[in-house]
Amino acid sequence: MIVQVCVGSSCHIRGSDEIVTLFQNAISEHKLENDVTLVGSFCIGKCSPNGVSVQIDDEVLVGVNRQSFNELFNEKVLGVIKSERE
Amino acid sequence: MRKFDTKVQHLKYKVLREVARQAWNDTLLENVLEIPKMIVSGKVPTMRCCVYKERAILGERVKMAMGGNKDNPNVIEVIDIACDECPAAGYEVTESCRGCLAHRCEDVCKRGAISFDQNHVAHIDKSKCVECGQCAKVCPFSAIVNRKRPCQNACKVKAISINDDNAAAINNDKCTSCGACVYQCPFGAITDKSYILDAISLLKQKEQGVKVYAIVAPSISSQFTYAKLGQVIKGLKELGFHAVVEAALGADMVALAESKELVEKGFLTSSCCPAFVSYIKSDFPELAEHISHNFSPMAAISKYIKETTENAKTVFIGPCTAKKAEVQSDKVKPYVDAVLTFEELQALFDSRDFDITTLEEDVLDNASYFGRIFARCGGLADAVTQAIKEQGIEDFELKAVSCDGIEECRMALLRKSKNALDANFIEGMACIGGCIGGAGCLTHGEKNKAEVDKYGREAMEKSILDAVSVLK
Repeated sequence: MIVQVCVGSSCHIRGSDEIVTLFQNAISEHKLENDVTLVGSFCIGKCSPNGVSVQIDDEVLVGVNRQSFNELFNEKVLGVIKSERE
Repeated sequence: MRKFDTKVQHLKYKVLREVARQAWNDTLLENVLEIPKMIVSGKVPTMRCCVYKERAILGERVKMAMGGNKDNPNVIEVIDIACDECPAAGYEVTESCRGCLAHRCEDVCKRGAISFDQNHVAHIDKSKCVECGQCAKVCPFSAIVNRKRPCQNACKVKAISINDDNAAAINNDKCTSCGACVYQCPFGAITDKSYILDAISLLKQKEQGVKVYAIVAPSISSQFTYAKLGQVIKGLKELGFHAVVEAALGADMVALAESKELVEKGFLTSSCCPAFVSYIKSDFPELAEHISHNFSPMAAISKYIKETTENAKTVFIGPCTAKKAEVQSDKVKPYVDAVLTFEELQALFDSRDFDITTLEEDVLDNASYFGRIFARCGGLADAVTQAIKEQGIEDFELKAVSCDGIEECRMALLRKSKNALDANFIEGMACIGGCIGGAGCLTHGEKNKAEVDKYGREAMEKSILDAVSVLK
């Protein structure tokens, strides 16, 4: 699974680095280093005032912030990987 | 609003704008021969002896705007017919010499080259004169002038000579493509090749899914002063760029890598300025092993974008003509698709008739304070100092020498080659003031350094490690 966090200017000032850190911590907490590749991307093209844009494989999620992160991670990352393993 | 320093730049801009306009409309091929007449219409010459010569030279300028002579590897070229064959006699005594008693000129001349005729008027013996200029400095009547050609005066690496036809000629083996002669030639006879057509053709591929990234140099903070920086960024997106990224983030990456390499090797010369690198290779080949192996900021960030993004193309936009040469090297070629100067960006905006002052403000924020101040002399050394500190490297003392302009670079390299340099890091900037003095700038002013520092302080990230943390 490839997770791209937008680090373009618009997302950067809305907290890309925080989202990157949240991803890094969550990935190591759940030992998903071999399942998830975390990369930065300069502008996914969906700038949103509510937060950062994140692309998980082909799906673009906009407005990701600290509050919505856990729900997103559980559903779109952890959930998907677990269902793939079953 | 005044956009340029000189009318030569303005003329070059008019040609670039028209070439770009035709390219956007897909009419360049049919109209290319008409462009000189579009710029010089009517019958009254305003620049040269007649409109026909003006148009002939404009034809050559159009050629340069379209990439110039493909057989000449140098990105800087002389337009022979535009060269006015300026006098090149060196120091000469003019009619202002009053035949005084003091003879300061004679006293100061260490070569004994000054003599006096029966009217006590000074004369310079050219077989003895070494063109040091001391006599001109001491004459109370300013009667001694230097008739050196402005291009030769600008070229401190001595790459310009005079050919058999009395026009300027560039020695490609010595030329660093810094563009000093381009900016200084009052007739606009030396000019940089433009890759504006490459940029337009990339931007036109937007509908085929090509994402064109604009990598902008931090010196942009001292340019386009008639508008806000956010409006320039918006203008770039209106032109079709997918995103705008700071080259300064590449500078943050370079500062980290450079500090590590420096600590490992013990002595390093910087590799950010392509003209400085080229100068070491041509004039101090024995020191070439000390050139930092790191990419320049432009190449570092472009490489990152290309490696993480599908269908990405990169266009660097900066103050620098030597960058046009840097991207021709095999090492950098895969990562940067075109280089534009700020002059060319202005032409690109106006070719679409964008008034950027009416646009809303977009944002530009990727880099730290330290990445941003690379644009001025001393910034790189400050950033390396910071990078050493941030990485907790303690048993290394940085002794940096920041060279402002190629003459200072030469002095430092000369000392190093004689083992007489008390420093372990040479920051070399070929242009006076650093990148803000680049030949591709729209304007050069005293406030530029302050503008860069101000822009640096506005960066959200205060440390280099914070700025690059998003790239992991």
